[in-house]
Amino acid sequence: MPGMSGRMSTIVKAKVSKMLDRAEDPAETLDYSYNQQLELLQNFKKGIADIVTSKKRLQLQEQQMQQQVVKLDTQARQALAQNREDLARVALERKQSVQGELQGLDQQITDLEGQQQKLIDSEAAMRAKLEAFRTKKEVIKAQYSAAEAQVRISEAATGVGEQMADVGLAMQRAIDKTQNMQARADAVGELEAAGTFDDLTQLGPGKDDIDRQLEQVATSGAVDDELAKMKVELGSGGGAPQALEAGSEEEAPAEDEPAAQPAGGEAA
Amino acid sequence: MIVRIFSEGQYRLDDAAHAPIEQLDEALRKAVEGSDQVLFKGALAELVDYVRDHGTALADDELTASDIMIPPPDTSLEEAKTEFTGEGLIPEP
Repeated sequence: MPGMSGRMSTIVKAKVSKMLDRAEDPAETLDYSYNQQLELLQNFKKGIADIVTSKKRLQLQEQQMQQQVVKLDTQARQALAQNREDLARVALERKQSVQGELQGLDQQITDLEGQQQKLIDSEAAMRAKLEAFRTKKEVIKAQYSAAEAQVRISEAATGVGEQMADVGLAMQRAIDKTQNMQARADAVGELEAAGTFDDLTQLGPGKDDIDRQLEQVATSGAVDDELAKMKVELGSGGGAPQALEAGSEEEAPAEDEPAAQPAGGEAA
Repeated sequence: MIVRIFSEGQYRLDDAAHAPIEQLDEALRKAVEGSDQVLFKGALAELVDYVRDHGTALADDELTASDIMIPPPDTSLEEAKTEFTGEGLIPEP
């Protein structure tokens, strides 16, 4: 067969017969296969552990990004309420980019789960085949002449060898995928560290100019709201425009108002 | 004849299935050569489905060599192009 399956068959058969050639007789083949199996299972456990670690890391990153989406959305609303459409636009653009990353992450986590399950299934199939081989070998020896037994045991050993190639391939692919995702997660992590989108929502050093402007808008908005509320309470009956004007002049009283703190904290 | 779908297991099919499988496999090879993502996905799915539909799964304790081996159903075009051309993706057993 010249196609993909034919090529694959040729490669696997060549590798399996190479493996079987190393053993001088079928009984030795069993022992050889068994040792190979033990090694494979060790690698398997490592492979599965790696995948679980990567998955947890990606899930954590996903949570952080979901929080960012909510924060950016809030900031956009606050900016818009203050007629700062430019800032709202920036916040929404960042929100879009985080959401894009989120979708990618989601797909990757699903992929990882699939890989993990495949490894577990492959391991179970491998165990079953090897167990079958161990019993079958004795049955064949008892039922057939030495020459015939040799042929049949070799055939069975080839089946085990194929299964090993299958398991090995599953593991190799899982490791490759995990490494790719790790690299991608690291790249996203670096973006965050560079302030591309994460810093926008965080107080403290590393804030860029837009962050500060957004914050100012959110803060002054909260102050203005408080002032408007206070004016209504005091019976001055001031409308919104009047309250906004008053806001810039009466910042000090607003900061003493306890209710202003949660509003400011939310904006951060 | 026995067909193995990698990552899935072995199937027993009537010998008459050889010709259609060969055809589907040829289509798959062409899709890989032409780097056609859509064609590749379709051809691989068709090949895998054919084996699943026309074959009976071998029990776990049956130990038989396969006549034909099909790459994993979720193989990507990139993997098919780079890995399956040499000995890449199939590790030493």
